[in-house]
Amino acid sequence: MKRKRFDVLAPLLSFVAALCLWQAAVMLTHVAPYVVPGPVAILMAFADDAAGLLRALLATLSVTFAALLLAVLLGVPMACAMAANRWARAAIEPWAVILQVTPVVAIAPLIIIWIGNPFAAMVVCATVVAFFPVFSNTAAGLAATPPELLDLFRLNGASRTQEIFLLRLPASLPYFLAGLRVSGGLALVGAVVAEFVTGAGGLASGLAFRILEAGYRLQTARMFAALALLSAAGLAINAVLAWVSRKILARSV
Amino acid sequence: MLSLAGVEKRFDGGTIALADITLAVDAGDLLVLLGPSGCGKSTLLRLVAGLDRPTGGQIGWPGGAPAAGEIGYVFQEATLMPWATAAQNVALPLRLRGDRTAMAEAHKMLGRVGLADFAEARPKTLSGGMRMRVSIARALISRPKLLLMDEPFAALDEFTRHRLQDDLLHLTRELGCTTIFVTHSLYEAAYLGSRIILMTPRPGRIAEEFAGAPVQDRLEHAYMARVEALTRALRALQLAA
Repeated sequence: MKRKRFDVLAPLLSFVAALCLWQAAVMLTHVAPYVVPGPVAILMAFADDAAGLLRALLATLSVTFAALLLAVLLGVPMACAMAANRWARAAIEPWAVILQVTPVVAIAPLIIIWIGNPFAAMVVCATVVAFFPVFSNTAAGLAATPPELLDLFRLNGASRTQEIFLLRLPASLPYFLAGLRVSGGLALVGAVVAEFVTGAGGLASGLAFRILEAGYRLQTARMFAALALLSAAGLAINAVLAWVSRKILARSV
Repeated sequence: MLSLAGVEKRFDGGTIALADITLAVDAGDLLVLLGPSGCGKSTLLRLVAGLDRPTGGQIGWPGGAPAAGEIGYVFQEATLMPWATAAQNVALPLRLRGDRTAMAEAHKMLGRVGLADFAEARPKTLSGGMRMRVSIARALISRPKLLLMDEPFAALDEFTRHRLQDDLLHLTRELGCTTIFVTHSLYEAAYLGSRIILMTPRPGRIAEEFAGAPVQDRLEHAYMARVEALTRALRALQLAA
């Protein structure tokens, strides 16, 4: 119990100490607030327009979750198709790799031309980034099914469908969940990149756009506030997915 | 029920795992294949199960080839599905055939291997011996004509192994199940086998066959005599090599 408290308190303490040091350095050196604002100034910038920034966070998160969902809905069936059929494997694998190695920033303008709706375009961009880990991990898990269990299924005359649904998919669950965690972080990265590239303004714009906007106006404190929100969102996504996979794996593996 | 004539298995690299295996297995046999690691015993089981094809010779089924589920297979590891309960693991062969009684049968089978209270347990909460019992129950649930066991007790401690050997003898006699049992333990072979086939190291050939009335008790003289005979045969094999 004591150990657990230390594990929580020690990083928190060092974080607070770093913030104090930062504030002290800013006050002592009189550095211009548009170059380096102190934590207090950042907090005030957040308080100034908390509603606006939180709305922007919500916009970014909705792109993130839509992209993550889409990555799962595309990645898992494609991985299954690859495991079930070598023709499907030959057809899918090269495209997945091409998609993975091509920088999304370079594809984004094309996506924006093709898809008129800015939200849909951003979701597609973020999906391109988030797709690969969940897809490749699931494929690896499906392929790593214990050969003895596969033999057992064969001996009992299992169909290809039974093999996928009763054996390969459950066996790949830990791999899928590990991939999902990585994809969750990447979906957020993808959403931010998509916002940068599409530059979608207006009420529905996300945090990344707010960062760009604040940058143009030299509102550095607001930039930091938006950035801190993004980091917090990333941490939260990671924590939630880690918790979900712990719960599922504790039950099933 | 099963006959092998001149069966040979040569792997892609050219290694000969098995050479000239000629053997007939009769219904009710508990045939033990005894040999050192790497003598192709497991390969022979895979050939019999149809999981692999021989590169030479014939495998025949005079009474008709077994259908899906008519061969039970127990691996060296319990190889259970970690996400499923003991009962779900045991039910698997029936479930794959769409048998609605699968779960009820699984509970009965778990009772027979002494695990009635552990039906809902997950494999990771069971001991090695219990996991192997689940694995045996799974192999027997479809009432196979032929049970193939690939060094199933090799990873267990001596105490657990003795109990499982006794239980296996009891179960196979009760169910009238023909069994091919692979082991590298001379003592296990001597205790379990109604027939014991001693194999040579790679390439695996049949060196000698021992038959006789099954041993009833580990303290019986017949058991000691068998161990002695097998030890002599093994020494002769080593001298010849």
